[in-house]
Amino acid sequence: MTIPELTPPDFPPPWPTLGGRFAPGDAVRVRRGAAPGHMRTPWYLRGHVGRIERICGDFPNPEELAYRRDGLPPRALYRVRFNMAELWGDAAERPTDTVDAEMFEHWLEPADAA
Amino acid sequence: MPHDHHEHFHHEGMSPSGHPYRPDNDTPLTYWQRMEIAVRELLVEKGIATAAEINAQIERMDARSPAQGARVVARAWDDPSFRERLIADGTAAIEEMGIEPDGLKLVVVENTDAVHNVVVCTLCSCYPRNLLGLPPDWYKTRAYRARMVREPRAVLAEFGLELPGDLEVRVHDSTADMRYMVLPRRPEGTEGWPRERLAGLVSRDCMIGVALPRPA
Repeated sequence: MTIPELTPPDFPPPWPTLGGRFAPGDAVRVRRGAAPGHMRTPWYLRGHVGRIERICGDFPNPEELAYRRDGLPPRALYRVRFNMAELWGDAAERPTDTVDAEMFEHWLEPADAA
Repeated sequence: MPHDHHEHFHHEGMSPSGHPYRPDNDTPLTYWQRMEIAVRELLVEKGIATAAEINAQIERMDARSPAQGARVVARAWDDPSFRERLIADGTAAIEEMGIEPDGLKLVVVENTDAVHNVVVCTLCSCYPRNLLGLPPDWYKTRAYRARMVREPRAVLAEFGLELPGDLEVRVHDSTADMRYMVLPRRPEGTEGWPRERLAGLVSRDCMIGVALPRPA
């Protein structure tokens, strides 16, 4: 397991947020869930460990919005950074290149790795 | 190239300038084209929108182009405090320039001497349309979307962009509410250039991250 080092941005989130459960720099694992319905958590990231890059703000849950519900209360949305080595193992083009993706809080759990 | 025919052959089925006629573009409508027409006509018939309003909205969408984004990049190169505001809150910064965000939540990611950024949406085709206009067709292909997160250096090389190995490639997968624009590095030799001239170096592709600004 490899987690990127990062320097969180030095400005506050531009969109309203209650603050969320995770802070920039925290190591998190993407849940392996596979519920039926509309989801915006790509398969290739599920189960992998990355680091919170920033909190974007709180936004309505797209899994609810897709079915014309209001998606409320809003959920914390983060940008999470992953190492290519974590995602693709030996097949990674360059292990320390990274992917940043937006993930809602209910898809993330704390990772124990430092 | 101008046409420069020395002799004119008038074959059967050829135009007077000697080219084959193209078949008329009158194939049957697809399922989705029929649905679009039906929904549009219903909206007008039921008084929900007028034909003029629909046309105005199409014109509004067509008027958006990468030139808007290039203007933003040129200002960021030329105005350090604007650059800071743009990176901290992209939406507020473009609004300040008179660009209507229309719901766009813009994150600007900056190329440096250590990091090269590139944008993809693996789930669909999320793109900062309000700022850059419609996305190019390749941006929506499965090949670009699948490969950019897995082998970005190979894909960038196919775009003609060979990056040195010590530059970190940072791919941004636009999976939710944010939309992304890359702020490229200002080319050398452009000191003192007016913003309009700087903007001329900034292509759509370098704001997606698959190209660099034209050299000065």
